[in-house]
Amino acid sequence: MTQSNSDDFAVANLSRRGFLKGVVASGALLIAANWGWRNAFAEEKKAYGADGMAHGWVDDPKVFLALGADGLVTFVCSRSEMGQGVRTSLAMVVADELEADWAMIRVVQAPGDEQRYGNQDTDGSRSMRHWFEPLRRCGAAARQMLEQAAAERWQVPVGECRAQMHKVVHGPSGRSLGYGELAEAAAALPVPARDSLRLKAPEQFRYIGKESTRAIDGADIVNGRAVYGLDPRFESMLYAVVARPPVYGGKLKTVDAGAALKVPGVVRVVEIAGSPIPSEYQPLGGVAVVASNTWAAIKGREALKLDWDDGANAVYDSVAYRQAMSQAAKAPGKVVREAGDVEAVFARGGRLFEAEYYIPHLAQAPMEPPVATAYFADGACEVWAPSQAPQVTRERIAERLGIAFDQVKVNVTLLGGGFGRKSKPDFILEAAVLAKEFPGRHVRVQWTRQDDLQHSYFHTVSVEYLRGALDADGKPSAWLHRSVAPSIGALFGPDPRHENPIELGMGFVSMPYALPNLRLENPEAAAHTRVGWYRSVSNIPHAFAVQSFIAELAAAAGRDHRDFLLELLGPARRIDPHSLGDAWNHGESPTLYPIDTGRLRAVVEEATRQAGWGKELPRGRGLGLAVHYSFVTYVAVVLDVEVGDDGTLVVHRADMAVDCGPQINPERIRSQMEGACVMGLGNTVVSEISFKDGRVQQSNLHDYQVARLPLAPKAIAVHPVIPAGEVPLGGVGEPGVPPVGPALANAVFAATGKRIRELPIRDQLKGWREA
Amino acid sequence: MITLNLNGKDHSLDVPEEMPLLWAIRDVAGYSGTKFGCGMGLCGACTVHVDGQATRACITPVGLAVGKKVTTLEALHADPVGQVVQQAWLELGVAQCGYCQGGQIMTATALLKGNPNPDDAQIETAMAGNVCRCGTYNRIRAAIHVAADKLKEGQA
Repeated sequence: MTQSNSDDFAVANLSRRGFLKGVVASGALLIAANWGWRNAFAEEKKAYGADGMAHGWVDDPKVFLALGADGLVTFVCSRSEMGQGVRTSLAMVVADELEADWAMIRVVQAPGDEQRYGNQDTDGSRSMRHWFEPLRRCGAAARQMLEQAAAERWQVPVGECRAQMHKVVHGPSGRSLGYGELAEAAAALPVPARDSLRLKAPEQFRYIGKESTRAIDGADIVNGRAVYGLDPRFESMLYAVVARPPVYGGKLKTVDAGAALKVPGVVRVVEIAGSPIPSEYQPLGGVAVVASNTWAAIKGREALKLDWDDGANAVYDSVAYRQAMSQAAKAPGKVVREAGDVEAVFARGGRLFEAEYYIPHLAQAPMEPPVATAYFADGACEVWAPSQAPQVTRERIAERLGIAFDQVKVNVTLLGGGFGRKSKPDFILEAAVLAKEFPGRHVRVQWTRQDDLQHSYFHTVSVEYLRGALDADGKPSAWLHRSVAPSIGALFGPDPRHENPIELGMGFVSMPYALPNLRLENPEAAAHTRVGWYRSVSNIPHAFAVQSFIAELAAAAGRDHRDFLLELLGPARRIDPHSLGDAWNHGESPTLYPIDTGRLRAVVEEATRQAGWGKELPRGRGLGLAVHYSFVTYVAVVLDVEVGDDGTLVVHRADMAVDCGPQINPERIRSQMEGACVMGLGNTVVSEISFKDGRVQQSNLHDYQVARLPLAPKAIAVHPVIPAGEVPLGGVGEPGVPPVGPALANAVFAATGKRIRELPIRDQLKGWREA
Repeated sequence: MITLNLNGKDHSLDVPEEMPLLWAIRDVAGYSGTKFGCGMGLCGACTVHVDGQATRACITPVGLAVGKKVTTLEALHADPVGQVVQQAWLELGVAQCGYCQGGQIMTATALLKGNPNPDDAQIETAMAGNVCRCGTYNRIRAAIHVAADKLKEGQA
């Protein structure tokens, strides 16, 4: 190829290795590498969006596309599919610019190789906004190469040749050649220069923004042919389960494997070394039972006699920890944003209100528990795994096994759900470590549901304390918010005991309301377990607290919640997130991605209009509203909720107004919002992970409950809000979740007069009518 | 050695009778369409049909399935009701990650065989044991209605 884009990357994007060079590998740094947070390095030129991600982006069609003589187009998808539809949506983009027939598109999954494919971390709701333009260019370049090949075949000017629905047509003569007939000649041509590409005008789009395409994996899924992490099958494969320390940071004292080894099918028992805290993505360690089938491995593990040294985290007790967080929230903490003088307002007295909210740990609990298969021979390792982060998986395997990076291959299967859990490759490392013990044989590590719930990287736990004042006109005149939560940063370095800039930027410091006197504080909290990313992350507690408290103040002021909220949003304005103290801004440019209160207002207006806000409802039934900006997308939710005498919740309807900028795959945007609504309800009504003696108290889906069909709204209506003017793409996978919880709590209040300040709701509403 | 009739064929499997049907199907017989989700019959991802009954393979000893007909998702297209359910799932774009959907489809098919015209409450009762973490429940409910309608049309 004549035009490689790799030179541009060297300039625009620092590679992860180059980035790490010469800098102490601190926790912040590792987060930076995975989250595109470049802010800590003031000396570096700021790079935003895909430019700010390790290994950036690639727009070379020779990397991502292959065209066969049969006309089949193979698109290499470099992002992981976990239900968000990325394999379909990215293929739509490239197929559209390519003028390809959708029926002729095939998708194969890229292995982990960021030098070749650009950044592959599938997280942060950013695949589409980072890859839309590069993949458009990819498709357009390939289309122009096909036109060029046809022109040369016909010996006519290329300007007379036009690609159209999988063939190139010669205008003057009406001749045409199918893509398959041109494949070989086109592939031999140089890739056109970027500035010579003719991108389609939006009105020319066939697939982008349209409903016409079908999910690329849909048929395989309903026929049982789709390949997930637990599906690759190999000759004389081994199956393992691992007994892990029940307390984070614990170590194996003794193991008696005698009985385990007698279980028919058990082949060997292998110790896996753990890693000291902070353990980042390393396995927790423990004892693996390797067998000829999964069942034998499970029975073998049950027969192990294990003694653990629990270590310092054995003190972790969710009841006591909540009290400690609550204490911390009552005292001043690190000030992370301040305007005016809240204390002066509070000192004047008058109408003061306070509330404390509790939001517990959660486990991602993807339907497919962590699972991975590895093979090791001759100093090389190959794995098959449902990974959201294949590059860092490859790096860690190379380090852990002491082999060269290029001797590791990471094949990415479909993910049976991810929600952030599968961004951490500890389970894949376990498989690699075991494979090294059995050279020449494939070894699968299967996590059971109990393993998954007890050894996850949990959503943080938090206490959110708010204090507010209303002036004589019933307007909020002061706002104090203390957020207390252990940080994900504790995974990567010494426990920072404070939320890191990314966590703070998730709806806490970035809170855009027009408040004359405001102080945001972040008191200390220590982590006693692995805290990790969970779909929408710290937005969950922050949005719950902020949106609940606004509704509480509205009620105290005797105002309509919607009117009060819109007034608090203030006039439409574009706020530079940096000016709020949010230097992260989802890794995006503050110029391209300001916080636009006009767009927040628009989604509130649309959701409430669609829901018939203001309508009379009988006692026991109510509408609840919440709005939240996250992952550079604006979502407002109104829930119509009925609370039965026994406290049972029925969600009759959900209206979700979404402004995520231009919509690429509207059908998958709807499905993501529907799913976010259901997951948000589960988070709020039934889900909780708690600890006692350092151990997770839940063990399966009977005591760690998640949303089931009866909790789903009877109807979910998703309303796209198209912003005025040109705005860039927003995120879709996560931003639907945060407003759902507070919308539900606000609806419960409207229905019953009872204010929910502690999650999950569970049976708190039992007997509300008598209360 | 036991003989298991799986998807219309007899398979000789060298497994203990107490091994859950799920692992016999997956690890030994080699059919991967049936998924592991909880191992305790709590999520429905492993649902198969045993003599037409929706059955949680993760808590059913394989010995109990001997002498019966076991059908997994891979063979459901041969079932006239199952085929219509699969089609409805595709038309409505029900699946997100898809991992639980095989179990959902197997349960829905068994429901429609016993009750060709379920209302929302009956669907909720029948499907409450099948967890979908992506939250596709609204489309699952809608797809079951679509499949029921198609089956009625087919008979007319």
